[in-house]
Amino acid sequence: MLAGPAFAAEPVDGAINMQPAATRIAERVHDFHNVLLVIITAITLLVLALLIWIVVRYNQKANKVSRKFSHNTAIEIVWTVVPALILVGIAGLSFPNLFYQNVTPNLGQIVATSKQLLAEGKSAEHQAFTQNYFPDAAEEGFVNVKIQGNQWNWTYTYPDIVDDAGIPVEFVSNGIHKGRATDPTDGLRLLSTDYPMVVPANRYIRFYTAAADVIHSWAVPAFAIKVDAIPGRLNEGWFLVKEPGVYYGQCSELCGVDHAYMPIEVRVVPQAQFDAWAELMKAGDFDGAAASVRQIASAETETKFASN
Amino acid sequence: MPMDEVALDHGHDSHDHKPGFFARWFFSTNHKDIGTLYLIFSLIAGVVGYSLSGLIRWELAEPGIGPMLWIQTTFFGLEGDAAVAAAKHFYNVVITYHGLVMIFFMVMPALIGGFGNWFVPLMIGAPDMAFPRMNNISFWLTAAAFVLAILSMVVPGGSAGNGFGGGWTLYPPLSGATGHPGPSMDLLILSLHTAGIASILGAINFIVTILNMRAPGMTLHKMPLFAWGMLITAVLLLLALPVLAGALTMLLTDRNFGSQFFVPAGGGDPVMFQHLFWFFGHPEVYIMILPAFGIISHIVSTFSKKPIFGYLGMAYAMVSIGVIGFVVWAHHMYTVGMNVDLKAYFVAATMVIAVPTGIKIFSWIATMWGGSIEFKLPMLWAIGFIFLFTVGGVTGVVLANAGVDHTLHDTYYVVAHFHYVLSLGAVFGLFAGWYYWFEKMFGIKYNSFLGGLHFWLMFIGSNVLFFPQHFLGLQGMPRRYIDYADGFATWHHWSSIGYAITLVATLVFFFSLAVAFIQRRKATESGNPWGEGATTLEWTLPSPPPFHQYNELPVVTTKGGH
Repeated sequence: MLAGPAFAAEPVDGAINMQPAATRIAERVHDFHNVLLVIITAITLLVLALLIWIVVRYNQKANKVSRKFSHNTAIEIVWTVVPALILVGIAGLSFPNLFYQNVTPNLGQIVATSKQLLAEGKSAEHQAFTQNYFPDAAEEGFVNVKIQGNQWNWTYTYPDIVDDAGIPVEFVSNGIHKGRATDPTDGLRLLSTDYPMVVPANRYIRFYTAAADVIHSWAVPAFAIKVDAIPGRLNEGWFLVKEPGVYYGQCSELCGVDHAYMPIEVRVVPQAQFDAWAELMKAGDFDGAAASVRQIASAETETKFASN
Repeated sequence: MPMDEVALDHGHDSHDHKPGFFARWFFSTNHKDIGTLYLIFSLIAGVVGYSLSGLIRWELAEPGIGPMLWIQTTFFGLEGDAAVAAAKHFYNVVITYHGLVMIFFMVMPALIGGFGNWFVPLMIGAPDMAFPRMNNISFWLTAAAFVLAILSMVVPGGSAGNGFGGGWTLYPPLSGATGHPGPSMDLLILSLHTAGIASILGAINFIVTILNMRAPGMTLHKMPLFAWGMLITAVLLLLALPVLAGALTMLLTDRNFGSQFFVPAGGGDPVMFQHLFWFFGHPEVYIMILPAFGIISHIVSTFSKKPIFGYLGMAYAMVSIGVIGFVVWAHHMYTVGMNVDLKAYFVAATMVIAVPTGIKIFSWIATMWGGSIEFKLPMLWAIGFIFLFTVGGVTGVVLANAGVDHTLHDTYYVVAHFHYVLSLGAVFGLFAGWYYWFEKMFGIKYNSFLGGLHFWLMFIGSNVLFFPQHFLGLQGMPRRYIDYADGFATWHHWSSIGYAITLVATLVFFFSLAVAFIQRRKATESGNPWGEGATTLEWTLPSPPPFHQYNELPVVTTKGGH
């Protein structure tokens, strides 16, 4: 049985915070951002409170004669050192976060560490470890995708999924809306594509971005991922999505006339559905492949697929 | 301010002889006249830049392509898909020139050319700028640069229409020969070269003036903070602009003479342009804010009737902001694929800037603390500045963290951030200075009621305009989009409502200008309308000051508050 998407990430009207996190990278960004939000709100409110106090207490009527002090070494040291310490604290949270998302994980290392922790009976440590690293997925290796930005669409290439002739699966993904009168009325306006990028859930995805003409930027907010696609360069990134679902992003570097019309649609499907999609793609049935991921198999049906 | 008393001699028997109209305004070598020219120029450029932002907010008020398409069909007779493509390109052109005009032809000429020219000599007790004729050419080169920029808007740019639509950051390859083959980009390069030369000449003029022409007794450590801000700004300009000029020249030769600096096929690298651009671009944002810092310091001190708290800390906070400003540029480029260790460095360096900025904010608050504060119009703008700049500053700390910036980069969160520090920071500083010195410059009083109305409408309007953009950015709304997914509609709509409020505010501003110049209410006889708190030298002169002031140099006689 095919069920509706378990998870979808798209902009929600009137929302005031980030889209729900779909990757561990995004979860960590959200946690960090929530801390930052508390700090910056507190600082802003402090400044506001001081200003209000000044307006109330030190206006001309309330305070007829101004005091003439212009120095206070102690307070100057405090307001230099305390912000510096807050920043050090922020940096302490920031760097692990940055390195986690920016360094493509060493899958062999993850498997080895996991096994070692289990062998030593350190189940608490193992649990903490598997918050950020996924040994089961690591065992299966990377799913590699090459993402090329073009004016104005994306080319996705799966170098490891090749047909009998050795040609990898490769397709161009166009937004279905172009801001024209002839635009279709179905799909999410400016977000849906004709042939979405498809990746399996609970697998390490390693992607490379490149560009054919000008600079583009491949971004999916729910993944907390944004990597520029630059002519003459190959940039690398990774993600792992736990929940099957549809995730949307948009080109994030001004690339010319149709910059707003080259969306990114990522359909994260269970492995079996991904394999079925890949078979259809290899056979050249792009439309059949796209149709096969229009409904995303829910996690419960994954076993059924796998046992087939 | 450091000077408690000054000995002055206005030289009353000198002739206040002004040249005829044409010679006075077109061949001007008088720093005050050139300052006025710059201010008039900025008003004109500001109207252009502000109108462009009006087009942006008009377009984005509702989902779908609306006004841009209407413009193409109504005024250019285009139809169907051609009109749609032209509309999209036109939108990109509008956002590009909005940024360029506001930065190069509104904020910089107003703060540096306008207030800098007017008040640096007055404040430091100098009869004029060091190089009056160079001052003149600085102004006219800026005006010429503006004409070139406007010209570049209306000549062929890319395949979809006139003008350059690649954003004010001018990233190649979009700004290269393939991205925008038309002459528009070449004119724009010429425009920015010209504006850059003007600014470099102006910067040299300010540096030489400030270092050599201070009144006897005015050591650097007694110099008013606005002059400090201008000195640091001028040094930043002098060091940063040649780098922009280099990048632009490479772009020009790539486009026209077959060089390959930024062309990967020839071994070049587009990212190199970004490094060069932001090596200029980051100091540039401090160039736009440091003079405003100086203005705010004087206003806060004047209306609190208190000396500036922590004067030396304030001066050196600006110096350190200027120095650190040169080593943080790549935080604009976290997503280009830099090495992670390099990103970590830029995260750390960028966050350091929050420390001197915090010192400034807290020192302004401490200056007001214990004061007997008059909430006259300039003070309202100054307090508005302090709060709004804080809001813009703290979101800067968020963006400094590369890990979070990977999500927020190139979204409306960034747009909100830099408009809070520039549109609500630098521009509030501009208006604060405008009302603070209005009577001094023009010898007439502004209308307080209309000015207050202008302030409150602007304060409310710009917050309604920019605060929701944080929400849009967090939800993932990318910058520089003519149209957006329906999930972004509500906050975009509010943002456009905010613009409408600022539009009323702007109309009130021009109306108040007209009223002031029609009523011509005479300036305070003493030349100092603000009373005991206004201690800098310009308040010892009549309003407006004589055509040539300080025929005998003022002597700063006391050690001031130190």
